[in-house]
Amino acid sequence: MASVSLRNLHKRYDSGFHAVRGISLEIPDGEFLVLVGPSGCGKSTTLRMLAGLEEVTEGDVRIGDRVVNDVAPGDRDIAMVFQNYALYPHLTVRDNMAFGLRMRGTPRPEIDRRVQAAAESLSIEGLLARRPRELSGGQRQRVALGRAIVREPAVFLFDEPLSNLDAKLRVQMRAELARLHRRLRTTVVYVTHDQVEAMTLGDRIVLMNHGVIQQADAPLAIYRRPANRFVAAFIGSPTMNFFPGRIEAGAFAVAGTEVRVPLDGEATGLPAGPAVLGIRPEDLVLAGEAAAVATVPVDVVEQTGHETFAHFMLAGDDHVVRLSGDVGARPGDRLPLAVRPGGIHLFAADEAGQRLG
Amino acid sequence: MKEPIRITLLRHAVLLVFVAVAIYPVLNVVSISLRPGDRLRSTDLAVIPTDWTLASYVKLFTEQPFLRWLGNSLVVSAGVTLTGVTLASTAGYAFSRFHFVGRKATMLAILTTQMFPATMLLLPLYVLIAALGLIDTWLGLMVFYTATALPFCVWQMKGFYDTISPSLEEAARIDGCSRFQAFWHVVLPLATPGLVITALFSFMTAWSEYIVAAQVMQDERMFTLPLGIKGFQATLSSQWGLYAAASILVSLPVVVVFLALSRYLVNGLTVGSVKE
Repeated sequence: MASVSLRNLHKRYDSGFHAVRGISLEIPDGEFLVLVGPSGCGKSTTLRMLAGLEEVTEGDVRIGDRVVNDVAPGDRDIAMVFQNYALYPHLTVRDNMAFGLRMRGTPRPEIDRRVQAAAESLSIEGLLARRPRELSGGQRQRVALGRAIVREPAVFLFDEPLSNLDAKLRVQMRAELARLHRRLRTTVVYVTHDQVEAMTLGDRIVLMNHGVIQQADAPLAIYRRPANRFVAAFIGSPTMNFFPGRIEAGAFAVAGTEVRVPLDGEATGLPAGPAVLGIRPEDLVLAGEAAAVATVPVDVVEQTGHETFAHFMLAGDDHVVRLSGDVGARPGDRLPLAVRPGGIHLFAADEAGQRLG
Repeated sequence: MKEPIRITLLRHAVLLVFVAVAIYPVLNVVSISLRPGDRLRSTDLAVIPTDWTLASYVKLFTEQPFLRWLGNSLVVSAGVTLTGVTLASTAGYAFSRFHFVGRKATMLAILTTQMFPATMLLLPLYVLIAALGLIDTWLGLMVFYTATALPFCVWQMKGFYDTISPSLEEAARIDGCSRFQAFWHVVLPLATPGLVITALFSFMTAWSEYIVAAQVMQDERMFTLPLGIKGFQATLSSQWGLYAAASILVSLPVVVVFLALSRYLVNGLTVGSVKE
């Protein structure tokens, strides 16, 4: 068990590409931390520097109270699960799991005991004599997990471990990972591009873009108070609706329309000027004609059964409202919409799009 | 899908023709080696002649320095194989995994050497070997063969390593291996088919080569098998019996080695390790 600390971490490649630009993070012992972001955001590079698979250009990586910048991956007391499983094809499942312990000279009976225990906890006892090519994708993923568990490391590193599984298995393994962490209470750093995985697994989410941390907070805190427009757009599905316009005397005037959205709560005190209004699809609600902020023509309707997504165009942009599954909206219908209290997010109109208020 | 029986028969018939074409010369040589005296031609169609004898084989070992040539060939071939596998497996790995200055240029240079036929290299390499005082030595021949076989082997191994996912080595390093241990415990076992092909290629280059050997080895006691056997074919009276018997004996080890290693040649050992 150990805490992890990244201090002003940089990664510059020989090609000049600056993949990670000054990441600082304190990960307390036992935390499940998720690094999430679009591809190329530097999350995997950060994880690989933590693992020792990638050299650190600048800054410090600490595991426990030790700076490990120049420590070999095998001596960092970490275990890693790879996206492609990376099982040794020439070894049986048992030998795959025992490999790391053997390399460290763990006594034979101890290895057998740990492999057996890990196999039982993952329900793969029956597969120990098989080779990776004889396993299904889900089984391989379990073996890869088992190989990490037997090592009893101070920190688990996961690099998109569920990306290669089909949707159903992914949900199953997600729950299993959560259970595993609750049982072992080992520090976990988990990389994914999937916001659902991030939201459901993480004690804390670190959202990255262009090699920089955009926001680091508990999942719901990020969802409720995104720090900037990028975070707001990344977390949540369907994505948040954005309306460019101006803040004017207690209301937001959507550019190119007559629509004026009244501001509430902390947004009321904001100075007048250009801004971007963000409203999540679930924060738009059907209202009576009188209470409606705007009445919009429905463009496309998507029904999933328990909910209905109605798309509408406003000032030339596509927007979505999430309605209950029993609302029978049809293209061409006109929907009177209001904003749920507290459903308003305001961002600066510039490139960075920082949260206002 | 089940194939109609006519097609199966036809396919086998065609294959049988090819088998016959491939096996006829071999059987002919076997037949000659078993005939008494030096009868090259015969009207007899039997593979084993009625008056068959092993006299030619016995003569090879008792009256000719066949064992000595065999020894020379084995030493040279083993040396070339060992050097070839060692150098190609390590050089191929470097080319596959490390990005160093001049990597591409070096690889192209290695490939370029393959464009020259070995006979063109004969003179310059002979001059080199003569200058080094390696004429009539095993080492001289080994240097020559290794130099000609290695470029192909390096490329072969590099191509093989390219198919092995780097994440396997990363997993091994996190499991506590050094870079070399990861190479030794994980990459090399997976590259076995490549190593076998490299070994076979190196071995064959040395085992059946004649022209180069004829330049480097001038003392009859240093002859390799191909050189020795050629000696039986004189201008006036060729000893066909000995020639044929020796030919059979020379090809036996190659056949045995191929059969023994064929299971390693079946690729697909790496299937299932990683999901791409």
